Amino acid sequence: MISIFFKRILLAIPVLFAVASITFFLIKIAPGGPFDADRAVSPQVLKNLNETYNLDASNWEQYVDYMSGLMQGDLGPSFRFPGRSVTEMIATGLPVTFELAFYAILIALLMGVFSGVLAALKRNTVLDFIPMAIAMIGICVPTFLMGPLLVLIFGINLELLPVSGWGQLPGDKILPSITLGFAYAAYIARLSRGGMLEVLNQDFIRTARAKGLTERMVVIKHAMQGGLIPVVSFLGPAIAGLLAGSFVVETIFQIPGLGRFYVEAAFNRDYTMILGTTIFFSAMIVFFNLMSDLAALWLNPRSRDAS
Amino acid sequence: MNNNSLWSDAIYRLSRNKAAMLGGLILIMLIILAALAPWIAPYSYSFQDLNLGASPPSADHLLGTDILGRDLLSRILHGARISLLVGFVATGVALVIGVTWGIVAGYIGGRVDSIMMRIVDVLYGLPFIIFIILLMVIFGRNLWLLFGAIGAVEWLTMARIVRGQVIGLKNQEFVMAARAMGVSNLSMFRKHLLPNILGPIAVYATLTIPQVMLLEGFLSFLGLGIQPPMSSWGTLIKDGVESMEEYSWLLIYPGITFTITLFALNFFGDGLRDALDPKTSDN
Repeated sequence: MISIFFKRILLAIPVLFAVASITFFLIKIAPGGPFDADRAVSPQVLKNLNETYNLDASNWEQYVDYMSGLMQGDLGPSFRFPGRSVTEMIATGLPVTFELAFYAILIALLMGVFSGVLAALKRNTVLDFIPMAIAMIGICVPTFLMGPLLVLIFGINLELLPVSGWGQLPGDKILPSITLGFAYAAYIARLSRGGMLEVLNQDFIRTARAKGLTERMVVIKHAMQGGLIPVVSFLGPAIAGLLAGSFVVETIFQIPGLGRFYVEAAFNRDYTMILGTTIFFSAMIVFFNLMSDLAALWLNPRSRDAS
Repeated sequence: MNNNSLWSDAIYRLSRNKAAMLGGLILIMLIILAALAPWIAPYSYSFQDLNLGASPPSADHLLGTDILGRDLLSRILHGARISLLVGFVATGVALVIGVTWGIVAGYIGGRVDSIMMRIVDVLYGLPFIIFIILLMVIFGRNLWLLFGAIGAVEWLTMARIVRGQVIGLKNQEFVMAARAMGVSNLSMFRKHLLPNILGPIAVYATLTIPQVMLLEGFLSFLGLGIQPPMSSWGTLIKDGVESMEEYSWLLIYPGITFTITLFALNFFGDGLRDALDPKTSDN
């Protein structure tokens, strides 16, 4: 267990290093500098700007410079927002995105596991078909359609909930969280149904029942531990998907989170911001994948005892 | 146990799966409509009737018009061309990369295999969506780049599936016999391995198409995908969202079309999987 943990961490470091390097050089070959935008700047100003941001050094020097900054958590200055550093901007947006992702995951887990387990237990009944049909809708209706539709129904037509913002009006966190969580609830429902069905047919469940355990004990104590392993393994990759989802949801609901900063940086060609967030997102995703793999390993008694 | 009976069995099972058949039917209709769009669409996709502006569905414009007075039905039909094209071409790219990668890794095995699959593992863990955005920003929002970038992301699962299948086949007699006869690696891949893994490839390809279309829709929605004057369903939905408060049909009709297509693809793909691999059909 512990050796696997260290092996995976050791693997993650060169991967992140490679991601940082590749992104850095990709951005260097991008046509056009960050300052040849809308209005023309005099050569002197351009020269000063380049000097300030160290852009007249050779690519190699800039790379070494950037990487040593990166080691210390310094992602450089933002090109578009003078005076603000990328690290600072990430620190502003991150709590918002985290909060949104946390609610979304919570909704997804509660709804998904509950309906998936229920569907597996009541197989081939209405309680199986209806949640699974809803799950299919959740998978087929993309976030960028679900969000606006929810806004249209609950925000504009019924006027029940605010249509945008984050933490300014009561209830304005509800629609974004549901929008982001729903698709994952659907996947989780399908995964937990499949996992539970597989486990429920196994001998140890029959033994547990034969011992005279109540059905609730059998399900909660014995079946769910094994049946939900697929869900745990899914959570790591889901974080990556949540990030992508947060781009959309934060754009739709005008939430000042990391996802919206990223999309704006992509539009503004704020290269240092793009570079910094890419590295940061990669690190987060690698980390969460690692966590979910380890949790899945740990939940599975066979692999837990083997090491 | 020849190939024909596997496929004819599968077709028989597929034909009895109503959801899958309906999905397949919808898909065929969509493809025909998309292919014929320039001839059957009531208006050109860029024809503007500025006097009309945004008008709700009527006899002249069955699904209404957008703010510039363009016929929504025509724009949806033309958008279908781009959306489906992205779906099929990008899946094709993913298919070529994934199948080649998987066959080589699975057949050669040993150290080559473990290095190749480790690369896949590492790539799996990266935020590819961000790299696609990055590529679109750096190299401009070019349709072919979009195909390539999406395809380059979606091949990973395909490589894993194909590798698993090839490893299963590798030790069977006919492969050994072929090897003993001195068949070259290339014709081994083409003539002996590939035909035997077409089933899983077909299934996974069908299920990749909706994912690719979602990805394209996502990028277009953010304004990083298809650029005007071209339009895909993603850009139509984006436009619809911008004016949904007053003109909700501009969001609803493209949304319904997109969702029905994704449903059809998913049902057809699930049905195909069940038909080709009856073992998994129960869960």
